[in-house]
Amino acid sequence: MDNTIVATHDTHAEEHHHSLPQLRHHFETEEQQREAGTFGMWLFLLTEIMFFGGLFFAYLLYRNWYNPAFVAASNQLSIPMGTVNTAILITSGFFMALAVWAAEVRKQSLLVMFLILTTVFGCAFLGVKYFEYKEKWEKHHIPGASFDVSEFINPPVSAKTGKPIEEPLSPDMARKTQIFFVLYFAMTGMHALHMIIGIVLLFWLIARARKGDFSSGYVAPIENFGLYWHFVDIVWIFLFPLLYLINRHPGT
Amino acid sequence: MSSEYHDPANVNNPEHADHHIVQPGTYIAVYITLLVFTGITVGAAFIDLHILNPIIAVGIACFKAVIVMLFFMHVIYQSKLIKLTVSAGFFTFLILIAMTLTDYISRAWGRW
Amino acid sequence: MSATSSTIVNLPDQRTATIPKKNYITAEHGLLSWVLTGDHKRIAMLYLISITFFFFIGGAFAGLIRLELLTPQPDLVASDTYNKLFSMHGIVMVFLFLVPSVPATLGNFLIPIMIGAKDLAFPKINLLSWYLYLVGGVLTLGALVMGGVDTGWTFTTPLSTHYLNTHVITAGLAIFVAGFSSIFTGLNFIVTIHRMRAPGMTWFRMPLFVWANYAASILMVLGTPVLAITLVLVVLERTIHIGVFDPQLGGDPLLFQHLFWFYSHPAVYIMILPGMGVMSEVISTFSRKRVFGYTAVAFSSVAIAVFGFFVWEHHMFIMGVSNYSALVFSLLTMLVAVPSAIKVFNWAFTLQKGSITFETPMLYAFAFIGLFTIGGLTGVFLASLGLDIHLTETYFIVAHFHYVMVGGMLMAFLGGVHFWWPKMTGRMYPESISKLSAIVSFIGFNLTFMPQFILGYLGMPRRYHAYPAEYQVLNVLSTAGATVLGVGFLMPLIYLAWSLKYGAIAGNNPWQATGLEWQIQSPPLTENFIETPIMDHEAYDYEWLAHKTEQEVTTVG
Ligand code: HEM
Ligand SMILES: [Cu+2]
Repeated sequence: MDNTIVATHDTHAEEHHHSLPQLRHHFETEEQQREAGTFGMWLFLLTEIMFFGGLFFAYLLYRNWYNPAFVAASNQLSIPMGTVNTAILITSGFFMALAVWAAEVRKQSLLVMFLILTTVFGCAFLGVKYFEYKEKWEKHHIPGASFDVSEFINPPVSAKTGKPIEEPLSPDMARKTQIFFVLYFAMTGMHALHMIIGIVLLFWLIARARKGDFSSGYVAPIENFGLYWHFVDIVWIFLFPLLYLINRHPGT
Repeated sequence: MSSEYHDPANVNNPEHADHHIVQPGTYIAVYITLLVFTGITVGAAFIDLHILNPIIAVGIACFKAVIVMLFFMHVIYQSKLIKLTVSAGFFTFLILIAMTLTDYISRAWGRW
Repeated sequence: MSATSSTIVNLPDQRTATIPKKNYITAEHGLLSWVLTGDHKRIAMLYLISITFFFFIGGAFAGLIRLELLTPQPDLVASDTYNKLFSMHGIVMVFLFLVPSVPATLGNFLIPIMIGAKDLAFPKINLLSWYLYLVGGVLTLGALVMGGVDTGWTFTTPLSTHYLNTHVITAGLAIFVAGFSSIFTGLNFIVTIHRMRAPGMTWFRMPLFVWANYAASILMVLGTPVLAITLVLVVLERTIHIGVFDPQLGGDPLLFQHLFWFYSHPAVYIMILPGMGVMSEVISTFSRKRVFGYTAVAFSSVAIAVFGFFVWEHHMFIMGVSNYSALVFSLLTMLVAVPSAIKVFNWAFTLQKGSITFETPMLYAFAFIGLFTIGGLTGVFLASLGLDIHLTETYFIVAHFHYVMVGGMLMAFLGGVHFWWPKMTGRMYPESISKLSAIVSFIGFNLTFMPQFILGYLGMPRRYHAYPAEYQVLNVLSTAGATVLGVGFLMPLIYLAWSLKYGAIAGNNPWQATGLEWQIQSPPLTENFIETPIMDHEAYDYEWLAHKTEQEVTTVG
């Protein structure tokens, strides 16, 4: 073995004409560049896991400490809206997955279409979220000075059974519903913020996709954005049962 | 000495995996599974199963998350490196939860 | 060079030597070519300048603190001013100096070269890191000129959320942004180390500096986001009283502590691991031996990173956490000292029977080994539950962490800057004055902080600006030491600047070190290597180097 630092043959010159224009000079091959990009994106998602992780732990703690308050407050959320929104978000993610496929098989018009569908469903999710937030506003369930606990202390009486529809809470416990709503807004708000950032990026990707940037073999931005978008989905997949479905069988 | 050359196409390299194109069929199957399990998780919440309720809810969520990661996010086709990275993230998250809980649970034995 | 010479420095003939005309500094001109650069070496330089700036700002606060503590009476500054002084000192030093110090400057400059790459994997993100750092820095300065913060660097709730009317939000945002700077640096390093290694550069051929930075990067990526979300919650608590940390609304202030220290304990390892990496390089080079137990040292870095996530509660022993849990964390804390000890022992064995020479970086390395050992061992004292109750919140802790952070990381940083100065600038620093400054720092350091161990043991609490008269003698010693230390830190600033123009021309490999960075020209070319290097030998292989030099002599001569 030769004991020096020898050089590889300069294969660059030959490689260059069939490599992508997007190959940056410090990478040897496209493969290396693509894998570096994916790996970098995953590491970024790890930071996201830990970022949301802090909130999830806070949720776990207070849900156990103030379980009755969490149950009562959770039941104020609308199951139909939550379920529909979950479906909408999953659909958006599904189209994103298809968009990645379209880019990989270099079908430009399909790619653009799927990206647009991803965006549309993403916006629909935010739209539903808006109505949910609005309802909370009307019911005075936004934490803060105007937060109203009376409904948790004296729940409305059901017409059918003549009993309160919800277990009444002691005033002290009722005040803890505010913690639930704080976490609800913090977690869904942080999630929505990620959605908004994603949608802005989607507009940019759509514009570039229409120019054909991603349908000639250069798919990294689409793939990596897809990872981000699916991650945001995953956060919601956990948020939905944790926030909406704590205990939907009162009295039994 | 050729084994020492850095060869991105070397399949024995644990950091490398072939670029696999997932077909729409897989995506559709995953999509339907996700929708079905969303339905199941809502349904399960209306049945009183005591302690099992949260376990089922979180279990289903984990299942959904895992299939999203494996197929939508292509983890199943990725290199060992990516798989390890993903697990490392969840592992650290579990440390955060488990080690913090050692305090909260043992601070109030029995009342937790 | 004779076998008996007491130095390994081997400079080219100064009459004929020149700095290579083409290098990363001369490649482009103008301010824009620097602030828009993608070159990891230029970004490293930008970092070096900015962290030096913040180091001296933080140092100024330290000077004022020590000045106040000269006398038992609160005479120099008002109590709340004093609170602001130590808070700003801590915030600036931890988040704007120590965390980015070695990784963002030396790491940025060297990691790609050491593994034979042309650049980091994501040059633009690297530049973005620097800008985020700057935004964080400017926000901190903003908080400062608006009147400062007085929460301590730990932002303890409910103090920070309910009882203070200083600029907590601005400072919190500053750290949030600076945190993302360090996340992106870590991310870039991890990807680069995994994906950009040159042919033949296997994991166990990498210099230990790379391993150490890799371990620190893991901590940056996984720990920092928890700090980020915690700060977001503090800011929300302060602005709209969300109550997650407020007992009046049912929140738990200890939750804040858990989340904060979940980051901040790993953060102390972010602040020491890269320094340990510098040590391995320096000690090997100046004892002409492969680092003893290479694999053990490499894995101990990773072990420190992993165990680092399991011990944070030792900062909360007196805060009302469960006794059982405290017991577990106490034990785990003692265990985490083991990998640190492994490193120290391995360096000691590297020195054993080595041909040791005492150039400036090596003096810093000796300082590091001694001071870090003291700092680490006192950490074990603090980890034992009973002793901690006596020592916590006293000057003993202040001394503990200054021994590791200043005695450890800062010494490592200075040692590293001296060691790689010839590579970064192409010129040598002046040798005798720099040796003097290393010795002055060492003496000043011990004079400053050794008395603080005693003060703490005697019961002097930290974070007060007045104290009983019987503590004065030790405090005067400490302040005197701080003055000496200050001189020790100012000297390099001056002579390193001087050397930029007048230093001897260093040549490629003044230390005859083995790393890839020493086989290329100084300062390096923008693309680092003319041809992709192939690594066909182990790290720290001095025989390979001797052989290579011999060959060059025969082919050139
Ligand atoms: C080597 C093993 C180490 C052990 C066993 C250890 C142990 C400890 C313990 C138990 C405390 C808490 C004391 C208390 O608050 O009552 C502490 C505080 C601290 N340690 Fe260490 N430590 C070690 C290394 C380090 C290193 C390497 C650094 C930084 C580079 C560091 C920085 C700090 C800081 C900054 C604090 C105080 C934080 C504050 O309250 O402001 N430690 N250490
Ligand atoms: Cu610690």
